[in-house]
Amino acid sequence: MKLLTGNELGSGAVTWWTGSGWSIHVEDAVDVGEGGESILHAEEGARRVNAPYIIDAIPTPEGPRPAHIKDRVRALGPTVRPDLTLKPADPAAGDWII
Amino acid sequence: MYKYDNYDQAIVDARVAEFRDQVNRRMAGEITEDQFKPLRLMNGLYLQLHAYMLRVAIPYGTLDSRQMRMLAHIARKYDRDYGHFTTRQNIQYNWIKLEECADLLEELASVEMHAIQTSGNCIRNISSDQYAGAAADEVADPRPWAELLRQWSTFHPEFSYLPRKFKIAVIASPEDRAAMRLHDIGLELVKQDGELGARVFVGGGMGRTPMIAPEINPFVKADDLLSYIEACLRVYNRYGRRDNIYKARIKILVHEIGADEYRRQVAEEFAHVKTLGIDPPLAELERISAFFAAPAFDAADVEPDRSDPDFAVWLDQNVKPHKQAGYAIVNISLKPIGGIPGDASSAQIDVMADLAEKYSFDELRVTHAQNIVLPHVAKRDLYTVWQALREADLANANLDLISDIIACPGLDYCSLANARSIPIAQKIATRFADAERQRDVGELKLKISGCINACGHHHAGHIGILGVDKKGVENYQLTLGGSGAEDVSIGKITGPGFDEDGIVDAVEKAVEKYRELREGDERFVDTYRRVGMDPFKEAIYG
Repeated sequence: MKLLTGNELGSGAVTWWTGSGWSIHVEDAVDVGEGGESILHAEEGARRVNAPYIIDAIPTPEGPRPAHIKDRVRALGPTVRPDLTLKPADPAAGDWII
Repeated sequence: MYKYDNYDQAIVDARVAEFRDQVNRRMAGEITEDQFKPLRLMNGLYLQLHAYMLRVAIPYGTLDSRQMRMLAHIARKYDRDYGHFTTRQNIQYNWIKLEECADLLEELASVEMHAIQTSGNCIRNISSDQYAGAAADEVADPRPWAELLRQWSTFHPEFSYLPRKFKIAVIASPEDRAAMRLHDIGLELVKQDGELGARVFVGGGMGRTPMIAPEINPFVKADDLLSYIEACLRVYNRYGRRDNIYKARIKILVHEIGADEYRRQVAEEFAHVKTLGIDPPLAELERISAFFAAPAFDAADVEPDRSDPDFAVWLDQNVKPHKQAGYAIVNISLKPIGGIPGDASSAQIDVMADLAEKYSFDELRVTHAQNIVLPHVAKRDLYTVWQALREADLANANLDLISDIIACPGLDYCSLANARSIPIAQKIATRFADAERQRDVGELKLKISGCINACGHHHAGHIGILGVDKKGVENYQLTLGGSGAEDVSIGKITGPGFDEDGIVDAVEKAVEKYRELREGDERFVDTYRRVGMDPFKEAIYG
C-alpha cells in the first residue's frame, strides 16, 4: 500500500493523509494507491501540508506500517526519548519501529 | 567577551524583522516552499524528521550566563525543555514551530545571538579552541581573530553563495582541540621571530571524502591574514565545482588541482586583494581584542582538598591546568552513562549559567566534543562547583574516555541520516559503565555518525562508527585509527559492518585487544598505529 505523508506548515508536525484530511496518527492513514500525486499537489497548494511525499507501507491489523525505518521513526517519534513520542505511556512502543 | 555595537545589533534586528515578514508570507501562501526553503535555511531553520529544527550560532563556542539562560528559556518556551549542543559548538532545538520562530529569534537577538549562516552555502560559525584565553600553551588568544573572521564573513556579499558550505577553525596552540585540519580552512596562530601570524591549512574536511588539509602557507603575517583568507575563498568561489554537490567542497578543488597549484593561485589573488585595502585598521583589531582581555584573576594558588574520592576522580579527569596560577579549566561532560550525547535540559543549562556567573567570570564555552567548559574557575571553588554539578547530574568524570562519545542526532531526528547514532552511543557507554575500566582504557575518542555526511566526526575517531542503510536495515561500519587532534589522521574501515548489538561487541573486542597489546603509556590509537589493523581485525572477526 502507499501512504501520503508530510508536515504541518505551521507546527512542522508529521501528518498522514486520512482520505478526507490529515492526522498525526499513522494508524489513520489510508492507501492512496496510484492517486497520491494529485492529492499531494492539491493539498500542498492549499497549504494544508508541507513537503508531502508518498511512501510504501505494509497493512497490519493495527494499521499501516511504513516500509522504511525512517518513516516509522517519523510516525512515532525518537526512539531515544519515549516520553516525546506519540505513545509516551507505552515503553514498548518503540519496538514497532525496529 | 565581544559585545555587539549598534551596527551588529541593527543588522541582527533587521534580519529578524525580515524573516518575520517572510514567515508571514509563507503562512499566507504568498510564497511557495521552494521559494521559502532557502530563506529559512539562511536563518538556520531546517525541516527535520519530526518538526522544524533551529540551529543557533554560538560564535567560537563562547557564551555568557545571560546568553546561556536565554538558551534555557528558549528550550522551555519554544521547544520541549532541552537543547542539543553540536560538533560545531552550536546548539540545536528539535521541536520548533515555524509560526513561533520569529518571536524566538527576536528573544535571541535581545542577548546578541542569532541563527544566521548556520545553514546554506556560506561561511558557517567560526570554531575555535574551547580553552582559548585559558590554555597555558597558546601563543595568543585566538578569539579576537575568530571574532574578526565572524564579522568579515557575516553577510559577506561575495561569499553568500559559495559552491558549498564553508567551515573555518582558528586555534593558537600546538595541541589541537578544535579538529583544525579537518576544516575547509584551518588557522593555527604562531609566532615567528616574535611576530604573530598564522599557519594556513586549506582543504580539509570529513563527509563522504575525508581529507586532511595540507599546509598552504607556513606563515601569513597577522596584518595580512584577512586578505589572505579572502584570496583563498576567491579562488574557491571561482573554481569550486558547482556542477556536482559531492565534489563542491574546497577539499576537492585543492585535491584535484594540487596544493602547489592552489597555493600559486592564492598567492596571485592575494597580491591583487592587497591592493584593495580590506585588512582592518590596527584600531579595529585593538577594539576587538579589548573585549577579550583577561579577567581580573586574584585567587590564591591553593590546591583543592582531595579527600572526597569521587571529587578527586572528577578533578583528575575533567579539570585541566589554567595558564593563571590559582585557576583551573572545568569541563562539564554532557555524556552521562546511557544518556544522549550533547543534550542538556533547560534546568541543567540554567545551572551551568549560574555557575559561570558565580565562579567563571561569567564565561562558558561549548566544545566540538559536545561538552561545556567553565574556562576560569578558582581552584578554591572547585569543590563547590563539583557539588553543584553533581546535584544537576553534570559531574560525569569521563572527559576523553570511551563514554565521552561524540554522536550526531542520527535517524532519531535527522532527515539525512541512514541509521540511528544515539542508541549505539548509549549501548557502548553502558557496556563500559564501570568507571575503573574506563579509566584503565584511558583516552579513547569514540565518534559516531548516522550517515556519510559525518556530523559525528567518525573519520576522526580513535574508534569511529558509521551508520549505513543496508536494504532498509541499519548497519554499522567500524573504523580505527582516526584522530582530530594535532596527530590528525583518518580512520580505516575494519571490514564488514555489524548490526546494532554486533557493533557494541566489536568495539569491546577492539578495546580488549588494545589492553592486551598496549605498551607503557600507549593510548588506544598509539597501539593501533604501532601494531596495525591485523590484530584488531583478528580479534573482531575471529
